[in-house]
Amino acid sequence: MSRLTQRFNYLFRSTKGLILVAIALIGLTSAFFGMLSGPMAEWGVRDVVVRLFNMDLVEAEREGRLIILYHTIAMVVVAIETYMITGLIPMTQKQQTTINATITAGYMLAVLFGLPFAYWGHNWAFHGLYVSGLVLVFFAGIMLAVALWPWSKAYRVKSPEYAHTRGGMDLERAAFFTMTITTLTSAIFGAVPGSYFGNGFQVFLAENTIRDPIKPALDLSIIGHLHIMLALIAIAATLIVGRWLDFKGRLHKLAMPFMIFGSFILALGTWLVVPFESIAHWVIYGGSTVAMLAALFMVIFAWDKLIKEGLAEKGLKKGNFFQRVAALVHDPLKFGATWQMVFMNFTVSGVGIFVAVKLDEIFRVWPWRDERYILTGHWHILSALTATILLLYYADLAGLKGKVRKWFGWGIIVMSDLAFGAVTIFEMKRFFVDEATQQPLINLTMLLADIGLGTVLLLLAVLLAWRFVDLFKKKGRWTEEINERLDSTAEVTQ
Amino acid sequence: MKKLVLIAAAIALALSACTPVDLDAPVPSYDTGVDPQAWATIPAGEFLWGQFDETQTIDYDYQMMVTNVTNAQYARFLNEALAEYAAKVENNQIIGFYPGDTFHNGRHEERIDPGDYIYIPMDDPALRLSFDGTTFAAKEDYANHPMSMVSWFGAKAYCDFYGYRLPTEMEWEKAARGTDGRPYPWGEGIARNNANFYSSHDPFEDMRSAGSRTTPAGFYNGQVYEGYVTIDSKSPYGLYDMAGNVWQWTADVYEEQHYRYMRGGSKDLYENDLRAWVSNNATPTYTSPGTGFRCVR
Repeated sequence: MSRLTQRFNYLFRSTKGLILVAIALIGLTSAFFGMLSGPMAEWGVRDVVVRLFNMDLVEAEREGRLIILYHTIAMVVVAIETYMITGLIPMTQKQQTTINATITAGYMLAVLFGLPFAYWGHNWAFHGLYVSGLVLVFFAGIMLAVALWPWSKAYRVKSPEYAHTRGGMDLERAAFFTMTITTLTSAIFGAVPGSYFGNGFQVFLAENTIRDPIKPALDLSIIGHLHIMLALIAIAATLIVGRWLDFKGRLHKLAMPFMIFGSFILALGTWLVVPFESIAHWVIYGGSTVAMLAALFMVIFAWDKLIKEGLAEKGLKKGNFFQRVAALVHDPLKFGATWQMVFMNFTVSGVGIFVAVKLDEIFRVWPWRDERYILTGHWHILSALTATILLLYYADLAGLKGKVRKWFGWGIIVMSDLAFGAVTIFEMKRFFVDEATQQPLINLTMLLADIGLGTVLLLLAVLLAWRFVDLFKKKGRWTEEINERLDSTAEVTQ
Repeated sequence: MKKLVLIAAAIALALSACTPVDLDAPVPSYDTGVDPQAWATIPAGEFLWGQFDETQTIDYDYQMMVTNVTNAQYARFLNEALAEYAAKVENNQIIGFYPGDTFHNGRHEERIDPGDYIYIPMDDPALRLSFDGTTFAAKEDYANHPMSMVSWFGAKAYCDFYGYRLPTEMEWEKAARGTDGRPYPWGEGIARNNANFYSSHDPFEDMRSAGSRTTPAGFYNGQVYEGYVTIDSKSPYGLYDMAGNVWQWTADVYEEQHYRYMRGGSKDLYENDLRAWVSNNATPTYTSPGTGFRCVR
């Protein structure tokens, strides 16, 4: 019995165990429900799965099912980020335990009852429990905001290398706090229309309304909500990576006020979509530019640090260009987490800016279906890139070393970028090829995307299988991790 | 050696995307037995509209063409319209006059002023019509396939020329799904041999090169074509191809928009996009191998 208790304590009471459980759940959910669409449907796998598991897929409810599916996955991602934040940012043990317990209960309820409600008939008790799960996740967010309260005198910055006010307030903590508060507020913008539309399953996908010239307030609220939630999840990931890499110094002092200001203005812009849609875009552009500058400062710091560390490992103080590049990429996990942020600019931000500039040639002329490919590709890539960043951090937490670390890291970077690069070409294909002759290009881009994503999922499966087997060992890695804290290197007085 | 094999495989893969597509490759020729000149009557009354089954009423009977307008029918129209100066050839296009839309200065709205607009592009290899300088004819094997590569203006001109009109979105949806709220013309679910959609494995499909191609009008009528078994997939009023094959232009011109709407899904989309309430839209000059139309009267 104590063996089970020990493992339970590891999986549900330690930070690394909680992260592992959440990643495993996302992996299983993605693998299972991924069989219902795309190439899996094309190959007939979906029909087999639907029959085998006796799923109840009413055609008119497809959009509702999808919305519940990605909300449940989003809750787990938010939980993972929360575990990382409570592990990295100084707070009391009681606060950490309470927040982690609440958010775990919340996402578990959301997953365990939301998905059966969506895919196996409508048991409304399940729907109630699903909503209760979402509420608990929200409540955990409120507790996180309280724990991160940046004005608390207990958490003044001690080292002058970290961004702080004259009074010693930790500006990185303030950035985490701003991100949390704006996330909570932005969640309300989804919750209000969600309670209206969701009650009758009368939901819609925002990309389906993009060309409606007049949108009701609740539609606008949902459009603002989905954009800002993804952006804030990405901002949280950036802040987490900054803490992981011990972001500090001059760039840290520049970046943190930018991150605070950028997060707030960006969120404000998406809230303004409801009352003032016409000006909201300009506010969003302003906020996102500032937030992206903060991320750029972090990447510059990280790459400089990686180069110095890599050169030092080889006993060099200054290297030539090739030695510096080799040093930069010597640790694929740390390099990968920051490289994915740069790559995001090619596949997400760059595409967005390009189509905005070419509005007259694209969206006012192309059929809506082609516009929709860009919209859905855009946010799928943003979410998946953010997920790979968190996964690379987890691989570091799990203690991957040597060749395994290199193979895993490079596998994730190369194969995910291959997939997202291919999807970007697919979504922009109308620039290269007309409809009548597009099939070979579709075949190639889809094949590369499938190979890339398939390999990433395979690498994740191998990682999870290793951790699963490890749980059966008496002195497995889990016994070390059960009491390990995340590396919180921010120096604060407590 | 391993590296060389990998590089060769990568190059071969990349080149496969550049393989030219032979748009004139031979396709099977089948007589579906469905008459493209036939009309079906949709009686006045209530029906369920949209994804969430709102009750709506159309208070008049109307008739809709049983199939999409075919290439042969459109070729005949072009010959008659050119002869009567209702259309003309200019810059490798067939064009004709449209009186324009009222401009409401909507967000992203483009002006559609009175003037000549494209019906079909004559130099597009995806067009299934041939032109010998004086007369249009449907290309061999494609005569009974739905007319595609036709703009909204070209679709409207056809219907107007014969005294018909394009259906409104409401008329189209009622004709497609009847009154019981079904998502597809034939009922709730969809099988590969119900309709022509992406990778539906019909005899016209060539996913390695040309991709999904059109099937003849009325193809999914329960017939067996050289071993390929179809399910009779007509709508409650007896209309064929109201899901898949080609998108169908509809008549509505909405305020603050220059876009025109299409219904029915197409050969290039997955099944869920063939649900009766799903729509697409594009600028009215848009032409595509996956867009056609039918008329009402």
